[in-house]
Amino acid sequence: MRLSPDEIIFWREGFFKLNATIVYTWGLMLVLTVGSRLVTRNLSLGLTRSRWQNLLEIVVTGIAKQIEDVGLHHPKKYLPFLGTLFLFVASANLCTIIPGYEPPTGSLSTTAALALCVLVAVPLFGIEEQGLGGYLKTFAEPTIIMLPFNIIGEFSRTLTLAVRLFGNIMSGSMILAILLILTPFIFPIVMSALGLLTGMVQAYIFTILAAVYIAAATRGREPRTEADTTIDA
Amino acid sequence: MDNSTLIAIASILSAGLTMGLGSIGPGLGEGRAVAGALTSLAQQPDAATTITRTLFVGLAMIESIAIYCFVVSMILIFANPFWTHFVAEAAGK
Repeated sequence: MRLSPDEIIFWREGFFKLNATIVYTWGLMLVLTVGSRLVTRNLSLGLTRSRWQNLLEIVVTGIAKQIEDVGLHHPKKYLPFLGTLFLFVASANLCTIIPGYEPPTGSLSTTAALALCVLVAVPLFGIEEQGLGGYLKTFAEPTIIMLPFNIIGEFSRTLTLAVRLFGNIMSGSMILAILLILTPFIFPIVMSALGLLTGMVQAYIFTILAAVYIAAATRGREPRTEADTTIDA
Repeated sequence: MDNSTLIAIASILSAGLTMGLGSIGPGLGEGRAVAGALTSLAQQPDAATTITRTLFVGLAMIESIAIYCFVVSMILIFANPFWTHFVAEAAGK
């Protein structure tokens, strides 16, 4: 039984191996970039717009709204990073309905890479917003005694981000494989539908947690105007 | 009993124990979280979107504890480093 798509190797040349994780990641990158490029090639500001533009507008404004709800008051600034994370993880998990596809998020290498991106991005956003001193001061909150715990927390949450996504997706495909042996008729379909839901929720949670971490690192500054703060219905 | 048999016994037993004991805590925790969310939903139906979003994030974070246990037990069964070490040693003899 395979634990991750890393073990499917398509091509090997000396030290370099081309495994399923890399191939499907490249495929997804290609689909996402070429797809968005095609859609955004002729955008319209008028009332008539293509259905693909509508789709992308719903996705982008939805993500921006969620980021704003978490407490980041200028979602436009964080949208490129967080939106990319969400779109990549969500499409990687949703494509499991395609036969023969192995989700690259079911490999610890992919999720560790994504979590490392978050680990690097959080201090960058924090320093940009508060300055180096202001960002470093957040480690000593609420008291200086918490300093080592805050530093450990910075790394342990990266680990949990990676293992959470990996574990959820891997367990989904693992349970599916076990069920195919036991009851191969109806039940695997139900479980794969549940796997799609789990994948979507995990993509959402990965993005929201990254947004929460960024919000915690940049929280020193108050919102500029009252209009920035939205009242959640 | 040689080393690899001992390792197999220990791995299988601890994999089962990890999964069994490790799902008790998250189960209790998720139950409490959902119960609390349902109570507050009944009291404040207007705040449904916020409560649901927070509930989902919280549930996933609680659930990830059980997922860590699952990952550990899967590693013990399918990718056990000690097992592969002793199998490689036995093959070398």
